[in-house]
Amino acid sequence: MSSLNSAIPSGPLAEKWTKYKSSAPLINPANKRKFTVIVVGSGLAGGSAAATLSELGYKVKCFCYQDSPRRAHSIAAQGGINAAKNYQNDGDSVWRLFYDTLKGGDFRSREANVHRLAEVSTHIIDQCVAQGVPFAREYGGLLANRSFGGAQVSRTFYARGQTGQQLLIGCYQALEKEIARGGVQMHPRTEMMDLVTVKGHAKGIVVRDLVTGKVSSHAADCVILATGGYGNVFYLSTNAMGCNVMAAFRAYKRGAFFANPCYTQIHPTCIPVSGDYQSKLTLMSESLRNDGRIWVPKSRDVAAKIRRGELKASGVKDDDRDYYLERKYPSFGNLAPRDIASRSAKEACDDQRGVAKSGLGVYLDFRESIGRLGKSTIEARYGNLFQMYNKITGEDPYSQPMQIYPAVHYTMGGLWVDYNLMSNLPGLHVLGEANFSDHGANRLGASALMQGLADGYFVIPSTLPSYLVNQKPGSVTTAAPEFREAEEAVNCRIKSLMKNGGNGKRTVDSFHRELGLLVWDKCGMARNQSGLEEALAKIPKIREEFWQCVKIPGAASNMNVELEKAGRVADFIDFAEMTCYDALNREESCGGHFREEYQFTEADEDVKSGYTNPGEAKRRDDLFAYVAAWGDKGPGIKPELNKEDLIFEALKPSVRSYK
Amino acid sequence: MNLTLKVWRQAHPSDKGSICTYAAKDIPEDASFLEMLDIVNEQILGKGDDPIHFDHDCREGICGMCSLNINGVPHSKEKGITTCQVHMRKFRDGDTIWIEPFRAKAFPVIKDLVIDRSAFDRIIAAGGFIDVRTGSAVDANSTPISKPDADAAFDAAACIGCGACVAACKNASAMLFVGAKAAHLNLLPQGKPEKDRRVLAMVRQMDSEGFGNCTNQYECEAVCPKEISADVIAKLNRDYAKAALKEAVGSEKVVTGD
Amino acid sequence: MNSLGKSLCLFWHSSIGKKIVVAVTGILLVGFLLGHMAGNLLLFAGRDALNDYAEFLHHMLHGTGIWIARIGLLISLVLHVFATISLTIHNRAARNAQYAHRATVQATKSSRIMAISGLIILAFVVFHILHFTVRIDPELANMKDPAQPDRHDVYGMVLKGFEGPLVPAFYFVAITLLCSHLSHGIASIFQTLGLRSKKTEKATKALGWAITALLWVGFLVIPLTAYLKLVSNNGAKQAGIELIKQGTVGDLTGYNQ
Ligand SMILES: Cc1cc2nc3c(=O)[nH]c(=O)nc-3n(C[C@H](O)[C@H](O)[C@H](O)COP(=O)(O)OP(=O)(O)OC[C@H]3O[C@@H](n4cnc5c(N)ncnc54)[C@H](O)[C@@H]3O)c2cc1C
Ligand code: HEM
Ligand code: HEM
Ligand code: SF4
Ligand code: F3S
Ligand code: FES
Repeated sequence: MSSLNSAIPSGPLAEKWTKYKSSAPLINPANKRKFTVIVVGSGLAGGSAAATLSELGYKVKCFCYQDSPRRAHSIAAQGGINAAKNYQNDGDSVWRLFYDTLKGGDFRSREANVHRLAEVSTHIIDQCVAQGVPFAREYGGLLANRSFGGAQVSRTFYARGQTGQQLLIGCYQALEKEIARGGVQMHPRTEMMDLVTVKGHAKGIVVRDLVTGKVSSHAADCVILATGGYGNVFYLSTNAMGCNVMAAFRAYKRGAFFANPCYTQIHPTCIPVSGDYQSKLTLMSESLRNDGRIWVPKSRDVAAKIRRGELKASGVKDDDRDYYLERKYPSFGNLAPRDIASRSAKEACDDQRGVAKSGLGVYLDFRESIGRLGKSTIEARYGNLFQMYNKITGEDPYSQPMQIYPAVHYTMGGLWVDYNLMSNLPGLHVLGEANFSDHGANRLGASALMQGLADGYFVIPSTLPSYLVNQKPGSVTTAAPEFREAEEAVNCRIKSLMKNGGNGKRTVDSFHRELGLLVWDKCGMARNQSGLEEALAKIPKIREEFWQCVKIPGAASNMNVELEKAGRVADFIDFAEMTCYDALNREESCGGHFREEYQFTEADEDVKSGYTNPGEAKRRDDLFAYVAAWGDKGPGIKPELNKEDLIFEALKPSVRSYK
Repeated sequence: MNLTLKVWRQAHPSDKGSICTYAAKDIPEDASFLEMLDIVNEQILGKGDDPIHFDHDCREGICGMCSLNINGVPHSKEKGITTCQVHMRKFRDGDTIWIEPFRAKAFPVIKDLVIDRSAFDRIIAAGGFIDVRTGSAVDANSTPISKPDADAAFDAAACIGCGACVAACKNASAMLFVGAKAAHLNLLPQGKPEKDRRVLAMVRQMDSEGFGNCTNQYECEAVCPKEISADVIAKLNRDYAKAALKEAVGSEKVVTGD
Repeated sequence: MNSLGKSLCLFWHSSIGKKIVVAVTGILLVGFLLGHMAGNLLLFAGRDALNDYAEFLHHMLHGTGIWIARIGLLISLVLHVFATISLTIHNRAARNAQYAHRATVQATKSSRIMAISGLIILAFVVFHILHFTVRIDPELANMKDPAQPDRHDVYGMVLKGFEGPLVPAFYFVAITLLCSHLSHGIASIFQTLGLRSKKTEKATKALGWAITALLWVGFLVIPLTAYLKLVSNNGAKQAGIELIKQGTVGDLTGYNQ
């Protein structure tokens, strides 16, 4: 087990970043031109990095699997982006944003990174506004803010329900400007299939052109991965269909450590699954919980009647309803944090009191608030959301309560990186959701967009030179044997995936569904030892059957979606295994990771003192205040655990309480 | 429900391509249109054949990747939604559904229903941006923007770059897209300095990509999933006229397309 | 090429530039039509009124006036036709592959047949000029104003020109198509020149329809009344006989007995 050097600069927390920037090495303009940087990913993290590095003079090659960089899944973000601007004069500050983010992450993130994030946040807003991002404004013409995810201050900037899209378009336009200038060479519809390391340094990638099927190599002086999250390991999630872990997992296979894969965020308010044909889940904005009351019937047979369509929600009397969040968390009520709200919904449905046909759904009821505020007010507040719900379900949420259920939404875990955002593989840098650093065990709303842009616009441009100064520009070309070896490996992999052609027994999706369901059941909202061990026993079987009888018609030398999906699912299978190992290893409950064995009981002091409830997540700081960074040991073998101890200089970890 | 699909199949860009007929059996009412295609593809895969290829990613109406011409109308005749937001309950048992790619000379077919929309990216690259170096920005609140302007800019900025406007226009004109992108930036104070350059460059790029021109048919507006108004086209015409005049007689230096 | 020439060239070659030419020439052409219609309606004010008007047209600025107008008109029409034909060709090319199944949501029929209606208008204009301006038909060419034999009798020519069902029928078709053209075209001008918005849309549409309807009625009453002989040509005949008595005119060719 190698201990990890997080390369955190010395000095007081609040001065680290400033000090770092003024002392960090610089590369003179004439030399910058000689350095080639590969950026995989064109989302907020990758796009902003590619554009900015090109502005600085580096030669950039950028890759994405969509047909245009503008379509990265960052585009789906709805709620908003945080920044410590304190424009509302409600007492916000860099320190508060830092504090909330670290506490929200349940003290499992790296203090120095989080503080830097809070510092940089204000520049992000300036940058985006200058690019023409149309944030919401007040009549005075100044920027508007909203309070998000139960925060005490209004620090969230938003653009109607499309904050992510507007931010991404701003960053995409900057990218296109650099493409036109010749600074960035863009490769859309191109998938990274492998990372190439030369003498232990990341020096290039192998890609497949998704249109022609051609496999080729690209060499550079360093590689940046900004390839997003791995939520699709659960098959159903709020992620886009193409989101995948391949790029990050290939890097892991080449020696990069993967940190905290078991930290996944489950969002409480999504539209429930309506059938096994379901391909993805849709998020309903959290803001609905401000006026909607969440409930299920008190009795199982009433719930059963509803499921069978013999009874309508409106037919259930008030005292037959269990407003369970209000009951369990009187002070937070329906606004209880994401992980808690999600888990409570699961408990209700496990208790067979779910109301959706599938049994997996709870009510989000506006009857009472419509009565109190009037339909028009509710329409003004949530009109577009109600419309969206109606489009998808065909039901009218004004007359019947909405049905919601939690869904996988964000993945806090990712490739391990140090303060420079460089992984343990020299030259490999990781940005955005693909890295692990800033959100610990649970991400606060409106903080992922912030992190992606912080990493790309402001952090990597200052930290990349620390690596590059010691590199000879252009020292590695695709002529190096490592590239041929890697291309070979990729071609072999494709061959063995395609060996059955159209005669295989099972489709890629059927495997993905099976895997997703397993991981959701055993490593989803609540985990326990036996479940995880069961999953670890099943996954190898899935893997074996997958490689034996997956069906992929068509040719590899042409556009072939089944082949694309197969490559991704193959990695999800192995990745799921690592995730279960991580969840099994982490014998505590924190944020998105809830181990049923580790919850507060009547016996605990904090419960006796009335500080928290029995059944709440129980962190074990004495044993698990560390980052679990896993290293590959080869197929089917338990990965090696490496630890980075989390040291909190400025804040003492505290127990979360929502009573 | 059971349906008959008439689907455009084309093996590769240079293939002639043709309409093929498929039976879509027991499709659930609550399935989305793309999930219906998933089910049909499972059936096709069952026979070991190459499934129907179509573009999609977010499946929630925001990425702009999905792009099907459904019964002759891009994104179907339902107003204000993308292909991935169409649900099967809008169809009746026994219906025949025509599914074709968005068609335009500037949008060559790659495979089946998948098209190449990179022309849009090149139009943005020509001038669809505000040239601000990272880190050089002033404080975000130093330029107040009146709410009406901000809202108007936003309405235009809502464009998801799907290309339905081009697909619906009998001239395969990209005026609604270009109008929307130009209006978004031209309406904001930050966008003013580059306004003329931007408009001239984007329009000339649009022309050289082989899109048609606008004869004021307003089909684009009718199918736009973000319901962007043809007002942006009027604005583009106006801004172009002004810019061209300045270019001819004023100080503005001549901008060449491409 | 100097930068002015260069940018003018770029303007003409750009889609929007051509469109603006179409719109501006469209305005001129519509303007002419309104004037022309008004002039034609003098027919109902009697022979003298119409003939005076025609004579005035031909003699203003010692005869140069009409040529200036003609040249202006000709240039507008030529530019309009060239621009629109090249736009149309370009548009056809832009949609190289057709849909197997096509549906239209809100575009009007008129807007979809602009090129055809335009070409028929063109054909009509040619015919019409040969008919009434060049007057290839000697019968029409030789008509003299009975009151002032030294000038042409436009009044009589028009009435005579619309005898028989064919000519009025053709005029009816052509002018109806012209109005179809304008029912889209006039409102379209505002959009092309960037003067239309959701707020003004209704107004511009209404204006377009109003002018179109006015032109349709204003132009078609003439062939119609002439065909139905609602205004008589006999007044002309009488006057002619008077002249013969005085021996100023030889025969009565041109006047229907
Ligand atoms: C529905 C939804 C709503 C959200 N709402 C919010 C919100 O309100 N506030 C907030 O702060 N956060 C929100 N988030 C989270 C946030 O949007 C994401 O975490 C963030 O945008 C991730 O950005 P990214 O650049 O790291 O990755 P992405 O934007 O996902 O970009 C990944 C890029 O990598 C490319 N890529 C991936 N794999 C490969 C490969 N193998 N080869 C080549 N290229 C590859 C893709 O093409 C893409 O360009 C939301 C997320 C979802 C799903
Ligand atoms: C008296 C004769 C004519 C008049 C008054 C007239 C008027 C107009 C007007 C006002 C427009 C709308 C311009 C715009 O869209 O902004 C138009 C468009 C058009 N005209 Fe004509 N036109 C005439 C003759 C012709 C002729 C002879 C043609 C022959 C090809 C023609 C072809 C077109 C076409 C194709 C358009 C559509 C282009 C567009 O809508 O942008 N027109 N016309
Ligand atoms: C039915 C209605 C019309 C009548 C009665 C009519 C009558 C005439 C007459 C009498 C002349 C000859 C004037 C002269 O030379 O003294 C004339 C000329 C002309 N008309 Fe018409 N016209 C009609 C409709 C139109 C229409 C619809 C158009 C155009 C689309 C048109 C275009 C012209 C043109 C271009 C000239 C030539 C003007 C010149 O150069 O002298 N006319 N018309
Ligand atoms: S304008 Fe509308 S239809 Fe055209 S690309 Fe943008 S969103 Fe799609
Ligand atoms: S449909 Fe086409 S003609 Fe113009 S108004 Fe829209 S681009
Ligand atoms: S798939 Fe993203 S908009 Fe339809």
